[in-house]
Amino acid sequence: MNKTIKAFGLALVLTTALAGMAMAQPTEVRIGVALEPPALDPTAGAAEAIDIVVYQNVFEGLTRIDQTGAVQPGLAESWTISEDGLTYTFKLHDGVTFHDGTSFDAEDVKFSFERILAADSTNAHPEFYKPITSITVIDPLTIELKLDRPIGRFLFDLGRGDAVIVAPESADNNANEPIGTGPFAFVQWDKGSRVILEAYGPYWGEPVHLTKASYVFIGDTATMTNALLAGDIDGTNNFATDALAVFEGNPQFNVLVGTTEGETILSTNNKKPPFDNLKVRQAMAHALDRQAIIDGTTNGYGAPIGAPFAPHNPYYVDLTATYPHDLEAAKALLAEAGLPDGFSATLKLPPVAYARTSGQIIASQFAEVGIKLELINVEWAQWLEDVYTNKDFDLTIVSHVEPFDIGNYANPDYYFGYDNPEFQALIEKLNGTTDEAVRKDLAIEAQTILANDAVNGYLFELAQTGVWNAKLTGMWQNSPIEGLVLRDIAWTE
Amino acid sequence: MILFALRRLFGFAVTLLVAAIVIFWLLDLLPGDPAQFMLGINATPEAVARLRGQMGLDAPAHERFIGWILGMLQGDFGTSYTQRAPVAELIGGRLGVTLPLAVFAMVISMAVGLPLGILAARRRGKALDTIIMVTAQTGVAIPNFWFGMLLTLLFAVTLRWLPPGGFTPWNEDSGAALRGLVLPSLALALPQASILARVMRTALVDVTGQDYIRTARAKGLTMGEAVWRHGVRNALLPVLTILGLQFAYLVAGTIIVENVFYLPGLGRLIFTAISERDLILVRGATIILVVTVTATMLLTDIAYALVDPRLRERSTM
Repeated sequence: MNKTIKAFGLALVLTTALAGMAMAQPTEVRIGVALEPPALDPTAGAAEAIDIVVYQNVFEGLTRIDQTGAVQPGLAESWTISEDGLTYTFKLHDGVTFHDGTSFDAEDVKFSFERILAADSTNAHPEFYKPITSITVIDPLTIELKLDRPIGRFLFDLGRGDAVIVAPESADNNANEPIGTGPFAFVQWDKGSRVILEAYGPYWGEPVHLTKASYVFIGDTATMTNALLAGDIDGTNNFATDALAVFEGNPQFNVLVGTTEGETILSTNNKKPPFDNLKVRQAMAHALDRQAIIDGTTNGYGAPIGAPFAPHNPYYVDLTATYPHDLEAAKALLAEAGLPDGFSATLKLPPVAYARTSGQIIASQFAEVGIKLELINVEWAQWLEDVYTNKDFDLTIVSHVEPFDIGNYANPDYYFGYDNPEFQALIEKLNGTTDEAVRKDLAIEAQTILANDAVNGYLFELAQTGVWNAKLTGMWQNSPIEGLVLRDIAWTE
Repeated sequence: MILFALRRLFGFAVTLLVAAIVIFWLLDLLPGDPAQFMLGINATPEAVARLRGQMGLDAPAHERFIGWILGMLQGDFGTSYTQRAPVAELIGGRLGVTLPLAVFAMVISMAVGLPLGILAARRRGKALDTIIMVTAQTGVAIPNFWFGMLLTLLFAVTLRWLPPGGFTPWNEDSGAALRGLVLPSLALALPQASILARVMRTALVDVTGQDYIRTARAKGLTMGEAVWRHGVRNALLPVLTILGLQFAYLVAGTIIVENVFYLPGLGRLIFTAISERDLILVRGATIILVVTVTATMLLTDIAYALVDPRLRERSTM
């Protein structure tokens, strides 16, 4: 009798559970991404594909960047900055654990920064953290960082993927088995195929909606289209704009158009004649028809820019009218520069659609003022060696995707070779300023100098064009920092 | 027969050594720096130099070559620069997809191509022959990636019977793994089956005109018996040659189909590794391919000798 009741009860429980499962919302998401990361350690590589998978999902920093680009508390729940801007004291969250169960405290923070600053560090951006002169553990939940000079955007830099907090026990294996403190724990990586993350139960912060997320690596656009249509994946954060039309009228999908940090520019070798002549660069700027380039390259997605600065940034100023599209003005400037018949140059194009297509459009636009471009297609590795390292180029097209990378223009050894002491002094002042209003004025001044000097041809800000299942919410529309943050993603009815 | 096999084995070893030398030096000449690739365009030169040192790229070329060969002889293919994982492990994982895929495609193409070829030869000049040959011609002409997309549209997007791509590891769900390989194997098998059918038909037609078939017929066998017992075996020689080449192609040349079905195969691994200048991985994978292809050729040669005793005798002289 007793047994029968038990069996009956069990059956009832099972039925209820099964019915509950059938009714419940799905809590898994499968995301298609074009590039597979080479490794999963964001502190030892610059590939955006790494951050897409792990940034803010598996790993967290002291601060985190939200979808407006603003700095929010991360592992540090609060901080104080000394009057002189040199001492930062962070109060850390209590009860935080790494995914392998080890606890998180100030010693892990100290370890992480010492690792970035070590002589054998393989961090892609140790220079952001070089000004740190001392790292002091005050108590297990308080850490103090001292700088040798004030850095205006230090809190932002702490929120980058390069500065996530890792544990001494697991840091060496993070490339293939990442262990962080984030809301999602790494489960497995089927190389060439997918990475699987699962919600981490003991996560210290607000619980996330998803229980599981898979990143599926699909390089081919037509294949990605089929995978979306067949329901094999639930969305992708950046879909090729030429195939976007398939999804735009489809009620089962939500096309999410936003901005990125990718300023696409016609990089110009400023040290090489005739590009060392301001008039020649101004002529090229007048010869560019940005809207035609955007329409032809990305089907109209993306905003024109007049300086290397993201339009969604609060410091942005619209400078697209500095040198408007004007063929007569371009020809006149070329004549003034002693080149009335124009000149010939090479344009090296890396293997990305935006570069290859816009290169052809620019070649035809330049031809109208007598500048004859020879287009040379190169691979990325070759581009890095020829153009970036050896500076053996006239012109090239590339998107600079890191947030706030205007500082590169203050480095005379950077590949486009812009050497302007006035600008360098301005950037140094900007870096050392913490007052927001002053920073904004300085940033606008910096953009204006770069626009007037026509250092490079400023083309457009790459758009982010996501395609998602219409029942998914919480995806970032804009991408102010490299990543695909799962925190707010959820299924709705 | 043993001497024949030994001579072939020696040739095999020499081929491998030459291939290793060529692979190493050719890749060393490629422009591009893996350290720079990993750290991207905002990295400082100091950071790049440090990483180069850690990857062991600063040693002279001959030292790296000797280290590479010695390592491989002990089964150590080195550690991938960009993926920071053992090369042997990475390649092994991919072979778990590429080899079954190649074998399935091979089996399908043989199961379809050979009978059709025999049938066409038996019905030479008839309507069936024409239909089979026109179909085969079309099959050769259709690019396999395009056929793959058509298959995806029909079976995955419209009917939803099979996944549009991707691969579930064998140890997780072998049924799902198998389902994931159906469409790609079909896409790969179509041109191969078409070629096999054509070669089989031509070879059999050639053989049917031979004296020994007439003799067999004179002894009282029907045409069907004569062709089956004496013709097919002789017609298999050119077919074996094609099969050997096809298998090599299926292991090394499936990158486009792997892309269409986003399969984690060897072709895609090599493609990515080349663009990322993960030279140690490219070298290891290329050597594995050379071994596979030359081993297939070796086996084809030995299979020849088994089918045709004349080849053995000639080579022992």
